[in-house]
Amino acid sequence: MNTVNISTYQLINYTLHLADTNLILAQRNAEWCGHGPILEQDIAISNISLDLLGQARNFYQYAAELINQSTNQPANFVTEDSLAYLRTEREFKNLLITELPRGDWGLTILRQFFCSVYQYLLYEQLQSGNDIQLAAIAEKSIKEVTYHVKWSSEWVIRLGDGTEESHDRMLKAIENLWPYTGEFFMAEKYEMEDIIGFDPDSLKIPWLEGVSTVLEEATLWSPAFGSGQGEKVFMHSGGKQGIHTEHLGFILAEMQSVQRTYPGAKW
Amino acid sequence: MVGLLKSPEGTLKAYNNLNNFFEMMTSNNDNEIVGDSIKEMEVVKIRKLFEEVFDPEIPVLSIIDLGIVRNIHLYPVPGESGWEGTVVITPTYSGCPAMDAMSMDIRLKLIEHGYKNIKVTSVLSPAWTTDWMSEAGKEKLKAYGIAPPHPKQIVCETKLFAESEAIQCPACNSYHTNLISRFGSTACKALYQCQECKEPFDYFKCH
Repeated sequence: MNTVNISTYQLINYTLHLADTNLILAQRNAEWCGHGPILEQDIAISNISLDLLGQARNFYQYAAELINQSTNQPANFVTEDSLAYLRTEREFKNLLITELPRGDWGLTILRQFFCSVYQYLLYEQLQSGNDIQLAAIAEKSIKEVTYHVKWSSEWVIRLGDGTEESHDRMLKAIENLWPYTGEFFMAEKYEMEDIIGFDPDSLKIPWLEGVSTVLEEATLWSPAFGSGQGEKVFMHSGGKQGIHTEHLGFILAEMQSVQRTYPGAKW
Repeated sequence: MVGLLKSPEGTLKAYNNLNNFFEMMTSNNDNEIVGDSIKEMEVVKIRKLFEEVFDPEIPVLSIIDLGIVRNIHLYPVPGESGWEGTVVITPTYSGCPAMDAMSMDIRLKLIEHGYKNIKVTSVLSPAWTTDWMSEAGKEKLKAYGIAPPHPKQIVCETKLFAESEAIQCPACNSYHTNLISRFGSTACKALYQCQECKEPFDYFKCH
Protein backbone atom coordinates (compact mmCIF):
# COMPACT_ATOMS: atom_id res chain seq x y z
CA MET A 1 0.00 0.00 0.00
CA ASN A 2 3.02 2.31 0.19
CA THR A 3 2.58 3.36 -3.43
CA VAL A 4 -0.98 4.53 -2.86
CA ASN A 5 -1.22 8.26 -2.62
CA ILE A 6 -2.66 9.80 0.51
CA SER A 7 -5.92 11.05 -0.98
CA THR A 8 -6.77 7.66 -2.56
CA TYR A 9 -5.98 5.97 0.72
CA GLN A 10 -8.31 8.33 2.56
CA LEU A 11 -11.03 7.96 -0.05
CA ILE A 12 -10.82 4.18 0.39
CA ASN A 13 -11.14 4.52 4.16
CA TYR A 14 -14.03 6.93 3.84
CA THR A 15 -15.85 4.62 1.42
CA LEU A 16 -15.29 1.68 3.79
CA HIS A 17 -16.64 3.77 6.66
CA LEU A 18 -19.84 4.46 4.70
CA ALA A 19 -20.12 0.80 3.69
CA ASP A 20 -19.53 -0.56 7.21
CA THR A 21 -22.02 1.83 8.78
CA ASN A 22 -24.72 0.67 6.37
CA LEU A 23 -23.86 -3.01 6.69
CA ILE A 24 -23.86 -3.11 10.48
CA LEU A 25 -27.10 -1.14 10.76
CA ALA A 26 -28.65 -3.44 8.16
CA GLN A 27 -27.50 -6.47 10.14
CA ARG A 28 -28.95 -5.11 13.39
CA ASN A 29 -32.29 -4.25 11.80
CA ALA A 30 -32.43 -7.66 10.15
CA GLU A 31 -32.53 -9.22 13.61
CA TRP A 32 -36.17 -8.10 13.69
CA CYS A 33 -37.05 -10.20 10.66
CA GLY A 34 -39.70 -12.60 11.95
CA HIS A 35 -39.80 -10.84 15.36
CA GLY A 36 -41.43 -7.46 14.57
CA PRO A 37 -44.28 -6.25 16.80
CA ILE A 38 -46.77 -6.60 13.93
CA LEU A 39 -46.39 -8.17 10.50
CA GLU A 40 -46.46 -4.91 8.51
CA GLN A 41 -43.74 -3.33 10.63
CA ASP A 42 -41.68 -6.50 10.57
CA ILE A 43 -41.77 -6.17 6.78
CA ALA A 44 -40.99 -2.45 6.98
CA ILE A 45 -37.86 -2.83 9.09
CA SER A 46 -36.69 -5.75 6.93
CA ASN A 47 -37.20 -3.62 3.82
CA ILE A 48 -35.17 -0.82 5.37
CA SER A 49 -32.51 -3.35 6.24
CA LEU A 50 -32.46 -4.48 2.60
CA ASP A 51 -32.10 -0.90 1.35
CA LEU A 52 -29.17 -0.37 3.72
CA LEU A 53 -27.56 -3.62 2.63
CA GLY A 54 -27.91 -2.60 -1.01
CA GLN A 55 -26.30 0.75 -0.27
CA ALA A 56 -23.52 -1.02 1.63
CA ARG A 57 -22.90 -3.25 -1.40
CA ASN A 58 -22.57 -0.22 -3.67
CA PHE A 59 -20.01 1.31 -1.31
CA TYR A 60 -18.10 -1.99 -0.91
CA GLN A 61 -17.98 -2.53 -4.66
CA TYR A 62 -16.54 0.94 -5.10
CA ALA A 63 -14.05 0.44 -2.26
CA ALA A 64 -12.93 -2.86 -3.80
CA GLU A 65 -12.45 -1.16 -7.17
CA LEU A 66 -10.34 1.60 -5.57
CA ILE A 67 -8.27 -0.86 -3.56
CA ASN A 68 -7.62 -3.15 -6.53
CA GLN A 69 -6.70 -0.25 -8.79
CA SER A 70 -4.26 1.11 -6.26
CA THR A 71 -2.56 -2.17 -5.35
CA ASN A 72 -2.76 -3.67 -8.83
CA GLN A 73 -1.86 -7.15 -7.55
CA PRO A 74 -4.42 -9.60 -8.93
CA ALA A 75 -3.39 -12.22 -6.35
CA ASN A 76 -4.54 -9.91 -3.57
CA PHE A 77 -7.67 -8.53 -5.21
CA VAL A 78 -10.53 -7.89 -2.81
CA THR A 79 -14.26 -8.09 -3.52
CA GLU A 80 -17.37 -6.69 -1.85
CA ASP A 81 -17.69 -10.09 -0.14
CA SER A 82 -14.14 -10.29 1.18
CA LEU A 83 -14.45 -6.75 2.53
CA ALA A 84 -17.64 -7.63 4.40
CA TYR A 85 -16.80 -11.16 5.52
CA LEU A 86 -13.07 -11.25 6.04
CA ARG A 87 -12.17 -8.04 7.85
CA THR A 88 -11.78 -7.96 11.61
CA GLU A 89 -13.32 -5.71 14.26
CA ARG A 90 -10.40 -3.33 14.26
CA GLU A 91 -10.75 -2.85 10.50
CA PHE A 92 -14.45 -1.97 10.62
CA LYS A 93 -15.10 1.78 10.56
CA ASN A 94 -18.83 1.87 11.25
CA LEU A 95 -20.39 4.41 13.59
CA LEU A 96 -20.73 3.04 17.12
CA ILE A 97 -24.48 3.78 17.23
CA THR A 98 -25.10 1.15 14.54
CA GLU A 99 -23.52 -1.74 16.47
CA LEU A 100 -25.41 -1.26 19.76
CA PRO A 101 -27.80 -4.13 20.54
CA ARG A 102 -31.23 -3.70 19.00
CA GLY A 103 -32.95 -3.21 22.37
CA ASP A 104 -36.73 -2.88 22.28
CA TRP A 105 -38.75 -1.64 19.31
CA GLY A 106 -38.48 1.93 20.62
CA LEU A 107 -34.69 1.88 20.63
CA THR A 108 -34.55 0.37 17.14
CA ILE A 109 -36.95 3.04 15.85
CA LEU A 110 -35.07 5.87 17.53
CA ARG A 111 -31.70 4.68 16.21
CA GLN A 112 -33.11 4.38 12.70
CA PHE A 113 -34.56 7.87 13.03
CA PHE A 114 -31.28 9.42 14.23
CA CYS A 115 -29.32 7.62 11.51
CA SER A 116 -31.80 8.32 8.71
CA VAL A 117 -31.92 12.06 9.40
CA TYR A 118 -28.11 12.03 9.43
CA GLN A 119 -27.86 9.97 6.24
CA TYR A 120 -30.31 12.23 4.47
CA LEU A 121 -28.15 15.28 5.20
CA LEU A 122 -24.95 13.36 4.44
CA TYR A 123 -26.13 12.07 1.06
CA GLU A 124 -27.46 15.50 0.16
CA GLN A 125 -23.89 16.78 0.52
CA LEU A 126 -22.23 13.78 -1.13
CA GLN A 127 -24.52 14.11 -4.15
CA SER A 128 -22.71 17.29 -5.08
CA GLY A 129 -19.37 16.21 -3.62
CA ASN A 130 -15.97 15.82 -5.30
CA ASP A 131 -16.17 12.12 -6.07
CA ILE A 132 -18.38 11.07 -8.98
CA GLN A 133 -19.08 7.51 -7.84
CA LEU A 134 -19.86 8.49 -4.23
CA ALA A 135 -22.17 11.15 -5.66
CA ALA A 136 -23.95 8.52 -7.78
CA ILE A 137 -24.40 6.17 -4.82
CA ALA A 138 -25.69 9.08 -2.71
CA GLU A 139 -28.11 10.13 -5.43
CA LYS A 140 -29.48 6.59 -5.57
CA SER A 141 -29.58 6.13 -1.78
CA ILE A 142 -31.24 9.41 -0.84
CA LYS A 143 -34.49 8.38 -2.50
CA GLU A 144 -34.63 5.34 -0.23
CA VAL A 145 -33.49 7.27 2.86
CA THR A 146 -36.37 9.71 2.31
CA TYR A 147 -38.76 6.84 3.02
CA HIS A 148 -36.74 5.82 6.08
CA VAL A 149 -36.86 9.33 7.55
CA LYS A 150 -40.58 9.52 7.04
CA TRP A 151 -41.35 6.08 8.43
CA SER A 152 -39.09 6.39 11.48
CA SER A 153 -40.27 9.94 12.27
CA GLU A 154 -43.86 8.83 12.29
CA TRP A 155 -43.02 5.96 14.63
CA VAL A 156 -41.05 8.19 17.01
CA ILE A 157 -44.12 10.43 17.27
CA ARG A 158 -46.50 7.51 17.65
CA LEU A 159 -44.48 5.99 20.48
CA GLY A 160 -43.41 9.23 22.19
CA ASP A 161 -46.89 10.68 22.15
CA GLY A 162 -48.48 7.29 22.74
CA THR A 163 -49.04 5.54 26.06
CA GLU A 164 -47.21 6.21 29.29
CA GLU A 165 -45.27 3.00 28.76
CA SER A 166 -44.20 3.80 25.21
CA HIS A 167 -43.33 7.37 26.21
CA ASP A 168 -41.09 6.14 29.05
CA ARG A 169 -39.38 3.64 26.83
CA MET A 170 -38.63 6.32 24.24
CA LEU A 171 -37.13 8.54 26.95
CA LYS A 172 -34.94 5.64 27.99
CA ALA A 173 -33.93 5.03 24.39
CA ILE A 174 -32.93 8.70 24.05
CA GLU A 175 -30.89 8.47 27.21
CA ASN A 176 -29.07 5.43 25.81
CA LEU A 177 -28.52 6.64 22.27
CA TRP A 178 -27.94 10.38 22.60
CA PRO A 179 -24.29 10.00 23.73
CA TYR A 180 -23.59 8.16 20.44
CA THR A 181 -24.95 10.90 18.18
CA GLY A 182 -21.91 13.15 18.53
CA GLU A 183 -19.82 10.77 16.42
CA PHE A 184 -21.83 11.68 13.31
CA PHE A 185 -20.16 15.08 13.30
CA MET A 186 -16.63 14.36 14.54
CA ALA A 187 -14.44 14.39 11.46
CA GLU A 188 -11.96 11.54 11.15
CA LYS A 189 -8.73 12.00 9.17
CA TYR A 190 -10.29 10.55 6.03
CA GLU A 191 -13.23 12.93 6.33
CA MET A 192 -11.35 16.13 5.74
CA GLU A 193 -13.12 18.68 3.62
CA ASP A 194 -10.72 18.46 0.68
CA ILE A 195 -11.42 14.73 0.35
CA ILE A 196 -15.19 14.59 0.73
CA GLY A 197 -16.18 18.13 -0.16
CA PHE A 198 -17.76 19.21 3.12
CA ASP A 199 -17.12 19.33 6.85
CA PRO A 200 -19.14 16.71 8.81
CA ASP A 201 -19.56 19.27 11.58
CA SER A 202 -21.66 21.39 9.20
CA LEU A 203 -24.39 18.73 9.37
CA LYS A 204 -24.82 19.14 13.12
CA ILE A 205 -27.16 22.15 13.19
CA PRO A 206 -29.49 20.90 10.43
CA TRP A 207 -29.52 17.48 12.13
CA LEU A 208 -30.47 18.98 15.50
CA GLU A 209 -33.19 21.03 13.79
CA GLY A 210 -34.63 18.02 12.02
CA VAL A 211 -34.49 15.81 15.08
CA SER A 212 -35.88 18.42 17.48
CA THR A 213 -38.93 19.10 15.29
CA VAL A 214 -39.94 15.45 15.48
CA LEU A 215 -38.98 14.92 19.14
CA GLU A 216 -40.99 18.01 20.09
CA GLU A 217 -44.04 16.67 18.34
CA ALA A 218 -43.42 13.35 20.07
CA THR A 219 -43.39 15.20 23.45
CA LEU A 220 -39.85 13.92 23.96
CA TRP A 221 -37.74 17.00 23.33
CA SER A 222 -35.71 18.51 26.09
CA PRO A 223 -33.80 21.75 25.58
CA ALA A 224 -30.86 19.96 27.22
CA PHE A 225 -30.36 18.07 23.92
CA GLY A 226 -29.82 21.35 22.08
CA SER A 227 -26.70 23.40 21.97
CA GLY A 228 -26.91 24.40 25.64
CA GLN A 229 -26.51 21.71 28.26
CA GLY A 230 -26.42 18.99 25.64
CA GLU A 231 -22.88 19.93 24.79
CA LYS A 232 -21.86 18.68 28.20
CA VAL A 233 -23.09 15.17 27.51
CA PHE A 234 -20.08 12.93 26.98
CA MET A 235 -20.08 11.79 23.36
CA HIS A 236 -18.64 8.38 22.53
CA SER A 237 -16.40 8.05 19.52
CA GLY A 238 -13.87 5.66 18.04
CA GLY A 239 -15.96 3.66 15.59
CA LYS A 240 -14.68 5.63 12.63
CA GLN A 241 -11.12 4.64 13.63
CA GLY A 242 -11.95 1.01 14.29
CA ILE A 243 -12.17 1.24 18.07
CA HIS A 244 -15.46 -0.37 18.95
CA THR A 245 -17.77 -1.34 21.77
CA GLU A 246 -17.81 -4.98 22.84
CA HIS A 247 -20.93 -5.52 20.71
CA LEU A 248 -19.32 -5.43 17.28
CA GLY A 249 -17.32 -8.62 17.80
CA PHE A 250 -20.50 -10.60 18.38
CA ILE A 251 -22.16 -9.27 15.22
CA LEU A 252 -19.11 -10.09 13.11
CA ALA A 253 -18.77 -13.53 14.68
CA GLU A 254 -22.32 -14.34 13.62
CA MET A 255 -22.25 -12.60 10.26
CA GLN A 256 -18.88 -13.98 9.18
CA SER A 257 -19.14 -17.47 10.65
CA VAL A 258 -20.01 -19.27 7.40
CA GLN A 259 -17.18 -17.69 5.39
CA ARG A 260 -14.73 -18.25 8.24
CA THR A 261 -15.71 -21.89 8.65
CA TYR A 262 -15.97 -22.74 4.96
CA PRO A 263 -13.67 -20.26 3.21
CA GLY A 264 -14.90 -19.33 -0.24
CA ALA A 265 -18.22 -21.15 0.19
CA LYS A 266 -20.80 -20.13 -2.40
CA TRP A 267 -24.51 -20.84 -2.67
CA MET B 1 0.80 -5.01 -24.50
CA VAL B 2 4.50 -5.47 -25.22
CA GLY B 3 4.21 -9.16 -24.43
CA LEU B 4 1.29 -9.52 -26.78
CA LEU B 5 3.15 -7.95 -29.67
CA LYS B 6 5.74 -10.72 -29.69
CA SER B 7 3.66 -13.33 -31.47
CA PRO B 8 1.79 -12.81 -34.76
CA GLU B 9 -1.38 -13.89 -33.03
CA GLY B 10 -0.69 -11.39 -30.28
CA THR B 11 -0.13 -8.65 -32.81
CA LEU B 12 -3.53 -9.30 -34.30
CA LYS B 13 -5.11 -9.27 -30.86
CA ALA B 14 -3.42 -6.02 -29.96
CA TYR B 15 -4.49 -4.55 -33.30
CA ASN B 16 -8.08 -5.57 -32.66
CA ASN B 17 -8.00 -4.16 -29.17
CA LEU B 18 -6.71 -0.91 -30.57
CA ASN B 19 -9.45 -0.86 -33.16
CA ASN B 20 -12.06 -1.38 -30.48
CA PHE B 21 -10.51 1.36 -28.48
CA PHE B 22 -10.84 3.83 -31.37
CA GLU B 23 -14.35 2.63 -32.00
CA MET B 24 -15.18 3.38 -28.38
CA MET B 25 -13.49 6.76 -28.48
CA THR B 26 -15.39 7.89 -31.54
CA SER B 27 -18.81 6.63 -30.56
CA ASN B 28 -19.90 8.04 -27.26
CA ASN B 29 -23.48 7.80 -28.26
CA ASP B 30 -23.57 4.72 -30.45
CA ASN B 31 -27.22 4.91 -31.25
CA GLU B 32 -26.77 8.16 -33.09
CA ILE B 33 -23.90 7.44 -35.41
CA VAL B 34 -24.82 8.72 -38.83
CA GLY B 35 -25.03 6.00 -41.40
CA ASP B 36 -24.70 3.22 -38.87
CA SER B 37 -28.13 1.84 -39.47
CA ILE B 38 -27.04 -1.79 -39.27
CA LYS B 39 -25.94 -1.26 -35.71
CA GLU B 40 -29.17 0.58 -34.94
CA MET B 41 -31.17 -2.33 -36.27
CA GLU B 42 -29.14 -4.69 -34.12
CA VAL B 43 -29.87 -2.58 -31.03
CA VAL B 44 -33.57 -2.64 -31.87
CA LYS B 45 -33.35 -6.42 -32.24
CA ILE B 46 -31.71 -6.79 -28.83
CA ARG B 47 -34.26 -4.47 -27.23
CA LYS B 48 -36.96 -6.71 -28.69
CA LEU B 49 -35.26 -9.73 -27.07
CA PHE B 50 -35.30 -7.94 -23.72
CA GLU B 51 -39.08 -7.82 -23.86
CA GLU B 52 -38.80 -11.52 -23.02
CA VAL B 53 -36.60 -11.02 -19.96
CA PHE B 54 -38.85 -10.66 -16.96
CA ASP B 55 -38.61 -9.38 -13.42
CA PRO B 56 -38.56 -12.58 -11.33
CA GLU B 57 -40.59 -10.89 -8.56
CA ILE B 58 -43.24 -9.49 -10.92
CA PRO B 59 -43.16 -11.90 -13.86
CA VAL B 60 -45.55 -9.84 -16.02
CA LEU B 61 -43.06 -6.98 -16.32
CA SER B 62 -40.18 -7.18 -18.77
CA ILE B 63 -36.98 -5.28 -18.11
CA ILE B 64 -38.05 -2.91 -20.90
CA ASP B 65 -41.38 -2.26 -19.15
CA LEU B 66 -39.48 -1.60 -15.92
CA GLY B 67 -37.24 0.92 -17.64
CA ILE B 68 -33.99 -0.46 -16.24
CA VAL B 69 -32.18 -0.84 -19.59
CA ARG B 70 -30.31 2.43 -19.93
CA ASN B 71 -28.11 1.82 -22.93
CA ILE B 72 -26.94 -0.77 -25.41
CA HIS B 73 -23.44 -0.21 -26.79
CA LEU B 74 -22.49 -2.40 -29.75
CA TYR B 75 -19.29 -2.75 -31.74
CA PRO B 76 -18.70 -5.12 -34.63
CA VAL B 77 -16.15 -7.81 -33.82
CA PRO B 78 -13.31 -7.05 -36.24
CA GLY B 79 -12.87 -9.73 -38.85
CA GLU B 80 -16.00 -11.57 -37.79
CA SER B 81 -19.70 -11.14 -38.32
CA GLY B 82 -20.74 -10.89 -34.66
CA TRP B 83 -21.13 -8.06 -32.21
CA GLU B 84 -19.59 -7.27 -28.91
CA GLY B 85 -20.37 -4.56 -26.41
CA THR B 86 -22.18 -3.70 -23.24
CA VAL B 87 -25.71 -3.55 -21.97
CA VAL B 88 -26.05 -0.93 -19.26
CA ILE B 89 -28.77 -1.45 -16.68
CA THR B 90 -29.69 0.50 -13.55
CA PRO B 91 -31.05 -0.95 -10.29
CA THR B 92 -34.57 -0.10 -9.18
CA TYR B 93 -33.69 -0.11 -5.47
CA SER B 94 -30.14 -0.45 -4.10
CA GLY B 95 -30.95 -3.68 -2.32
CA CYS B 96 -33.28 -5.26 -4.87
CA PRO B 97 -32.31 -8.96 -4.95
CA ALA B 98 -33.96 -9.35 -8.36
CA MET B 99 -31.20 -7.29 -10.00
CA ASP B 100 -28.63 -10.09 -9.92
CA ALA B 101 -31.18 -12.52 -11.33
CA MET B 102 -32.18 -10.11 -14.10
CA SER B 103 -28.57 -9.43 -14.99
CA MET B 104 -27.99 -13.17 -15.31
CA ASP B 105 -31.18 -13.62 -17.38
CA ILE B 106 -30.07 -10.86 -19.75
CA ARG B 107 -26.77 -12.62 -20.31
CA LEU B 108 -28.48 -15.97 -20.89
CA LYS B 109 -30.95 -14.42 -23.34
CA LEU B 110 -28.09 -12.83 -25.28
CA ILE B 111 -26.09 -16.07 -25.41
CA GLU B 112 -29.19 -17.96 -26.50
CA HIS B 113 -29.40 -15.66 -29.52
CA GLY B 114 -25.73 -15.81 -30.40
CA TYR B 115 -24.48 -12.68 -28.69
CA LYS B 116 -21.60 -14.21 -26.81
CA ASN B 117 -19.45 -11.14 -26.23
CA ILE B 118 -21.89 -8.68 -24.72
CA LYS B 119 -21.32 -7.75 -21.10
CA VAL B 120 -23.89 -6.46 -18.65
CA THR B 121 -22.86 -3.55 -16.44
CA SER B 122 -24.74 -1.46 -13.96
CA VAL B 123 -24.87 2.31 -13.53
CA LEU B 124 -26.38 4.21 -10.58
CA SER B 125 -26.76 7.74 -11.90
CA PRO B 126 -29.23 9.04 -12.94
CA ALA B 127 -31.18 7.10 -10.34
CA TRP B 128 -34.03 4.92 -11.58
CA THR B 129 -37.50 6.34 -11.27
CA THR B 130 -40.94 4.85 -11.88
CA ASP B 131 -41.35 7.58 -14.53
CA TRP B 132 -39.28 5.29 -16.76
CA MET B 133 -41.85 2.51 -16.55
CA SER B 134 -43.67 2.03 -19.86
CA GLU B 135 -47.40 2.65 -20.22
CA ALA B 136 -47.77 -0.93 -21.41
CA GLY B 137 -46.01 -2.03 -18.23
CA LYS B 138 -48.42 -0.06 -16.07
CA GLU B 139 -51.38 -1.71 -17.77
CA LYS B 140 -49.84 -5.17 -17.31
CA LEU B 141 -49.30 -4.45 -13.62
CA LYS B 142 -52.92 -3.50 -13.12
CA ALA B 143 -54.16 -6.59 -14.92
CA TYR B 144 -51.88 -8.64 -12.66
CA GLY B 145 -53.50 -7.15 -9.53
CA ILE B 146 -50.82 -4.60 -8.61
CA ALA B 147 -51.77 -0.92 -8.66
CA PRO B 148 -49.35 0.87 -11.04
CA PRO B 149 -47.29 3.85 -9.85
CA HIS B 150 -49.10 7.14 -9.70
CA PRO B 151 -47.98 9.59 -12.38
CA LYS B 152 -47.51 12.27 -9.73
CA GLN B 153 -45.01 11.56 -6.96
CA ILE B 154 -47.10 12.25 -3.90
CA VAL B 155 -45.79 9.43 -1.75
CA CYS B 156 -42.28 10.80 -1.93
CA GLU B 157 -43.38 13.91 -0.12
CA THR B 158 -41.54 14.13 3.20
CA LYS B 159 -44.42 15.66 5.17
CA LEU B 160 -45.20 13.42 8.13
CA PHE B 161 -48.55 11.71 8.39
CA ALA B 162 -49.45 13.25 5.03
CA GLU B 163 -52.71 11.81 3.81
CA SER B 164 -51.91 8.83 1.65
CA GLU B 165 -52.60 9.35 -2.02
CA ALA B 166 -55.75 7.97 -3.57
CA ILE B 167 -54.67 4.75 -5.23
CA GLN B 168 -57.12 2.99 -7.47
CA CYS B 169 -57.99 -0.55 -6.44
CA PRO B 170 -56.85 -2.86 -9.26
CA ALA B 171 -59.77 -5.22 -8.52
CA CYS B 172 -62.83 -2.92 -8.41
CA ASN B 173 -61.39 0.44 -9.59
CA SER B 174 -62.53 2.27 -6.45
CA TYR B 175 -60.38 5.12 -5.18
CA HIS B 176 -61.67 4.49 -1.65
CA THR B 177 -58.48 2.78 -0.50
CA ASN B 178 -56.16 2.99 2.51
CA LEU B 179 -52.43 2.73 2.94
CA ILE B 180 -51.61 -0.11 5.34
CA SER B 181 -47.84 0.05 5.12
CA ARG B 182 -45.37 2.02 3.05
CA PHE B 183 -43.28 -1.15 2.81
CA GLY B 184 -44.71 -4.21 1.10
CA SER B 185 -43.72 -7.63 -0.13
CA THR B 186 -40.79 -6.22 -2.12
CA ALA B 187 -38.77 -2.99 -1.88
CA CYS B 188 -40.74 -1.40 -4.72
CA LYS B 189 -44.22 -1.94 -3.32
CA ALA B 190 -46.49 -0.52 -0.61
CA LEU B 191 -49.43 -2.33 0.95
CA TYR B 192 -52.97 -0.99 0.48
CA GLN B 193 -56.49 -2.17 1.17
CA CYS B 194 -59.63 -1.33 -0.75
CA GLN B 195 -62.44 -0.04 1.46
CA GLU B 196 -65.10 -0.98 -1.11
CA CYS B 197 -64.28 -4.57 -2.04
CA LYS B 198 -62.01 -5.11 1.02
CA GLU B 199 -59.31 -6.57 -1.19
CA PRO B 200 -55.77 -6.00 0.11
CA PHE B 201 -53.39 -5.19 -2.75
CA ASP B 202 -49.86 -4.15 -3.59
CA TYR B 203 -49.12 -0.69 -4.94
CA PHE B 204 -45.99 -0.24 -7.03
CA LYS B 205 -45.01 2.97 -5.25
CA CYS B 206 -43.65 5.88 -7.19
CA HIS B 207 -39.98 6.41 -6.65
